[in-house]
Amino acid sequence: MIANYGYKDGSGEYYISIDTDNCIACPVGRACLTACPKAMFENMTDDYDDQVVWIKPEFRRSLAYGCADCKPSGGYTSLPCTSACTPGAIKHSW
Amino acid sequence: MSADISEKLQPGAEKKEYWRWEESCWVDESKNWRTAKAITVGIDVGSVSSQCVVVADGELYAYNSMRTGSNSPDSATNAFKGVQEKTGLTLNDVHFVVGTGYGRVNVPFSHKAITEIACHARGANYMAGNKVRTILDMGGQDCKAIHCDEKGKVTNFLMNDKCAAGTGRGMEVISDLMQIPIAELGARSFDVDVEPEAVSSVCVVFAKSEALGLLRAGYTKNKVIAAYSQAMAERVVSLLQRIGVEEGFFITGGIAKNSGVVKRIEKLLGIKAMETAIDSQIAGALGAALFAHTLMQKQGAAKPVLS
Repeated sequence: MIANYGYKDGSGEYYISIDTDNCIACPVGRACLTACPKAMFENMTDDYDDQVVWIKPEFRRSLAYGCADCKPSGGYTSLPCTSACTPGAIKHSW
Repeated sequence: MSADISEKLQPGAEKKEYWRWEESCWVDESKNWRTAKAITVGIDVGSVSSQCVVVADGELYAYNSMRTGSNSPDSATNAFKGVQEKTGLTLNDVHFVVGTGYGRVNVPFSHKAITEIACHARGANYMAGNKVRTILDMGGQDCKAIHCDEKGKVTNFLMNDKCAAGTGRGMEVISDLMQIPIAELGARSFDVDVEPEAVSSVCVVFAKSEALGLLRAGYTKNKVIAAYSQAMAERVVSLLQRIGVEEGFFITGGIAKNSGVVKRIEKLLGIKAMETAIDSQIAGALGAALFAHTLMQKQGAAKPVLS
């Protein structure tokens, strides 16, 4: 399942999509959980009883600000979460 | 002229609630729950409406759809009571309850909470058949785009609950502002000589002031409704396009009853929405009741419901 967390507002679209099928047998031990400096990712059991990762609800409506420090303007050349997730399950829309 | 302004101009005049949509309670009189082996219930406590759906042996038996009250537990209880009064069914007769929606964790008698995303997909699969692949749920205060497989299992979803643009609440605000019953907005939006451009903002707050400006500029009420309906359609279509639209398109939620928005969405997408005889507003609760039926079968035995 592709889970898109985030929002669209007057300033743009800010979605993080997670391909949760890749989470089920994650080969890198859920490295995203520790890679995110703000610990936005969290383990959860989805509606179909699969153990997957999601974005904590408190961050979903402010992703543009929450992720800003990890964007090029914050000094990063690549996003820590997408780099840590070698199966490529995590994508940012912006 | 808004209802608040008209009250000031005509003090004491009866204040009509144009936004108030019709609550409904339905029972399939051809069935008898007393002869059913499995009675399961789905409760959808949304931000604007609450529904209770009763499924008997995996088939829709009854539902109650009403306005959400000031707290989720009472709304869930009242939704069930509506069905109880019509059928005589009590919580002790129910084998499994699943709660869903915004207030799903606050349904006092539910055994499990499941997200409305999964429940809407499951409900849509029942309502329009296994050809449904793309679901647009236009809820009271959020909007969801969902892809599902032939079994109604979610494969992709996107939700926008940050603003009320493109939601039922936005339409209620326009209904009250125009002083036109919400059920008439769809038909009235087509009663225009020339289709107007969409209002530039679908933010409910800004759209309200923009609509007032259009009225002052000489727009008829119907034209303003058409402009707002178009803006709403454009808004949700942009949401849908983010995950893509597949054949087998189905709309759930209260706005599915508004032909003015539905037909404009269909035009923008170039695809016709699938039809159903079942109330589009109960999709979430119906999906929850069907999940409850599956869970009951998996657990193998009837589970008593807390009273």
